[in-house]
Amino acid sequence: MMEQKIKQSVFRFGNLYAKDRHLWRLIFFIVGWMIFMAITRFDKFYTLLNFQTMAAQFPEFGLMSLGVMLCMITGGIDLSVVGTANLTSILMAYLLISRTNSAGAIPGHLIPLVFLFALCIGAVLGIFNGLLISKMHIPPILATLGSGELFTGICMAMTNGNAVSKFSRRYAQTINNRVFDLIPVQLIFFIIMALIIWFFLSRTVFGTKLYMLGTSATAAKFSGLKIDTLLIKTYMISGICAAFGGMIMLANYNSARADYGTVYTLQCVLIVVLGGVSPTGGKGKISGVVLAIILLRMLETGLNRFPAISSYYISLIWGSVLILVMVLNYFTENNKSRRRHPR
Amino acid sequence: MKRRSFRICCRRRSVVETKTLFQKIKHRNESYIFVVLLALCLLIEIRSGQFFSPNNLVDIASALIVPGLFAIGAFLVIVSGGIDVSFPALASLSVYATTKFLLNIDYQGGVWLPILIALAIGALLGAFNGLFIGYFKLPALIVTLGSSSVFKGIMQGALNSKQLTVIPPGMRQWGTSALFIARNPVSGLTSRMPFAFLAFLAVLVLVHVMLRYTMFGRGIYAIGGSEVSAHRAGFNVIRTKFIMYVMVGMIASLAGVIRVCMMQQAHPTNMLGMEMNIIAGVVLGGTAIVGGRGTLLGCMLGTLLIVIVENSLILLGVPTSWKSVFTGALIIIGTGVSAYQVALANSPRRTKTKIWKAA
Repeated sequence: MMEQKIKQSVFRFGNLYAKDRHLWRLIFFIVGWMIFMAITRFDKFYTLLNFQTMAAQFPEFGLMSLGVMLCMITGGIDLSVVGTANLTSILMAYLLISRTNSAGAIPGHLIPLVFLFALCIGAVLGIFNGLLISKMHIPPILATLGSGELFTGICMAMTNGNAVSKFSRRYAQTINNRVFDLIPVQLIFFIIMALIIWFFLSRTVFGTKLYMLGTSATAAKFSGLKIDTLLIKTYMISGICAAFGGMIMLANYNSARADYGTVYTLQCVLIVVLGGVSPTGGKGKISGVVLAIILLRMLETGLNRFPAISSYYISLIWGSVLILVMVLNYFTENNKSRRRHPR
Repeated sequence: MKRRSFRICCRRRSVVETKTLFQKIKHRNESYIFVVLLALCLLIEIRSGQFFSPNNLVDIASALIVPGLFAIGAFLVIVSGGIDVSFPALASLSVYATTKFLLNIDYQGGVWLPILIALAIGALLGAFNGLFIGYFKLPALIVTLGSSSVFKGIMQGALNSKQLTVIPPGMRQWGTSALFIARNPVSGLTSRMPFAFLAFLAVLVLVHVMLRYTMFGRGIYAIGGSEVSAHRAGFNVIRTKFIMYVMVGMIASLAGVIRVCMMQQAHPTNMLGMEMNIIAGVVLGGTAIVGGRGTLLGCMLGTLLIVIVENSLILLGVPTSWKSVFTGALIIIGTGVSAYQVALANSPRRTKTKIWKAA
């Protein structure tokens, strides 16, 4: 008994560290990488412009990851985020084209309006997912896989695989702006959305219910939770996040296409898992996911500073980091009882 | 294990002797998918008159080889309660490494050496998956996501992969030689049935025998049903999983070799992205995504359905840009129907039927 206690106290060399090991491990990774970059490529990495570029790049898949995170907390998954994002951005691109006048300008009030429309479309697509999962009892991974394929298919059928552009540049310029010449607009969108979701998860009953549903669907059902409504709401929020990401993609590329961002599907899942969300549900924090997003962006940007190293190595590093973090978790949490493959 | 389930089977059969053959068929998921498949084929035949032409059938059969092999691997993993998204990356890496190595040593021999090397690499990469999933007990989705990323990184970064337009002569010859040649009497178009189809059939039969008649195969089902129960029943869960992932790696690599031989060139990335449609095909065939249930027959029918939708829509006069719409709708409707069936079977009033079905 005593021996065990000593073992444990050696094991947990800081209360803070022990409280959320996973989070700290991510921070260590980030700090380690930043130190490495400081030693090797200080003048090329630590510039304001570099950080601004990074902050403008990550929100497009960062927003999608936030949606995937919510779904994964309920024990599901959302593989349709990219399809949702592309469908939304293509529809909105068509809307922008129809409103662009001959001088190549659009009315100023249109941009918020377009965003509003986009979020509505995202919500509808998300509700579609939610209905498939809750009412038709399709396993989430398949329902969202199918609907993602369906959305991408609709995009393909609408555009024939061509890019939709030729709308006013003003849209892209507005989104690519920097507030006070310092903070990219995309980052602000991301922060707002992250704060909203943080609020939902930790300060409302909705969040508690999500965790409960993810921990045990049966227990949640017998506690009288309306699971169907809960699931529909979750996937709706995920759809909104994805649509938001799609709108930022539309601005970053200044065009929309059916096959933009196809790598983001698995990348989002990777980020969310790396962020400490359990794929079986019920566990995970938004702080972890945000850290994982930042870590991945920094790894990729940092690696680009080494021209000798092929940028393809980034996927090798991502995969290794993911597996490494999971193995570390396995060794540190081995003494706890672990439940796998819940039905 | 096998004997016990057999006994249960006999007992149930005597209880439900009154059930007619029709009712039995009605409760099988495979029969639904078969009806859908038949309806689709007839529809295409009526619209185009070209579906049942010999060359089209041979085309579909040869288009089925690679997805079919992948599906067998994905089926094994899903039955065991996991999920594998790494097999296209695994196959690409092993076949690309093999081809590049053989080109470097200017290999002139037959196809056996390439297949053996690819199988060995596939087994190694599969063991990588199996190590983390079996011994470290990590969730299969995460490990295979990570490993597919790692494999891609090794292939594109370390091997500096580019498209290889020339492949060793042995592989080229194997890919072009035909079992028989089908000719369309109307249009005069011909299609070759590649030798690889035999390899596909062999793997299919072997896996079927393994799943049905060996303790190892029954163990895969048992683990998928309930890992804890399987362990209590005396199955070595870790070893079974490990060996299974090694096998899946080998099957995927074989599919990779066949694809390269048939395409006559090694393209590093054109297999990537197949994983989701393959998994969808497997589940369409009635394999439970949570594991423990499913038949190889259903898995093949589901894959065939996906292959036909992907290849034959053009015969229906549907533009190819609509392909994804149909695939997506098919996945949703197909899985929706089978999910609805499961929900019905699990409702309390139908418990009897469920037991009967389980037997």
